[in-house]
Amino acid sequence: MSFATFVFYAFAAILVFAALRVVTTRNPVHAALWLVLSFFSAAGVWLLLQAEFLAIALVLVYVGAVMVLFLFVVMMLDVNFDKLRERFKSYIPVAATVGILILVEMTLVLLGGYLGDRGGPPPEPGPGYSNTKTLGLQIYTDYAYPFEIAAMILLVAIIAAIALTHRRRRATKYQNPAAQVRVRRSDRLRILDMPAEARERPAEGKEV
Amino acid sequence: MSLLSQPTLAHYLVLGAILFAISVIGIFLNRRNVLIMLMAIELMLLAVNLNFIAFSRFLDDRAGQVFVFFILTVAAAESAIGLAILVLLFRNIGSIDVEDLGRLKG
Repeated sequence: MSFATFVFYAFAAILVFAALRVVTTRNPVHAALWLVLSFFSAAGVWLLLQAEFLAIALVLVYVGAVMVLFLFVVMMLDVNFDKLRERFKSYIPVAATVGILILVEMTLVLLGGYLGDRGGPPPEPGPGYSNTKTLGLQIYTDYAYPFEIAAMILLVAIIAAIALTHRRRRATKYQNPAAQVRVRRSDRLRILDMPAEARERPAEGKEV
Repeated sequence: MSLLSQPTLAHYLVLGAILFAISVIGIFLNRRNVLIMLMAIELMLLAVNLNFIAFSRFLDDRAGQVFVFFILTVAAAESAIGLAILVLLFRNIGSIDVEDLGRLKG
């Protein structure tokens, strides 16, 4: 049993256990933390597959950003999570049936197709090889257009998230420039037509 | 014993299959809690990404890794919008239970 095999089985065991805990744990904060552990273990497996850039990106983007977002949302929601788990046990039979069916089918196909004929991985790349450099060259040349679309998708996500959760406070006073520009004199100034009153003359000899 | 020698492509693919099955089970188990459902979807995407990277390594083609890069982008956008919708849902109906979401049924 080589070292790579040992590392693979260790990370795979942690990954599967953490994934199981994500879907079965009672407290959603714990579920988010178990999900962090499973992402970490998956990053380890990716390192074993020599995808260094993506492993680091997974840790930075997922553990650093997305999971923190999940944690924020979980802690912000004041929900009775026990109520959501009332019929948890009654879902177990159908879930187990479907899950085991999927697993058995996929394992049969994969083991039949890939265990026998394919031996080890292709030979290790040379000493000057850099995974990040290769990936960067591909992204900025062959995949430049999809890369820009990905940037647009992120922009849309930003705008959508802000537009969905932004709320206007009712007590705020603010100006409406369009209404200010459109204003006419008649909106602001009203000239009343009043009859002139006769001026009262003070009586003679009286001090005013 | 071939299972204990160098990890082959089948090892990684079976690991991805196990992960995918676990997340399907998770969606069934937590079918009232939208939050855990989103987490299960993240796990599913992780399983798919694992398959992509395993094929990329064993077929010696970097295109798979580029694709994983894009999947990560889209998944991040998806979870950001999903969580925004979740917050909005909680603000409006005070619950994240799937059973309470039947309002669009006429």
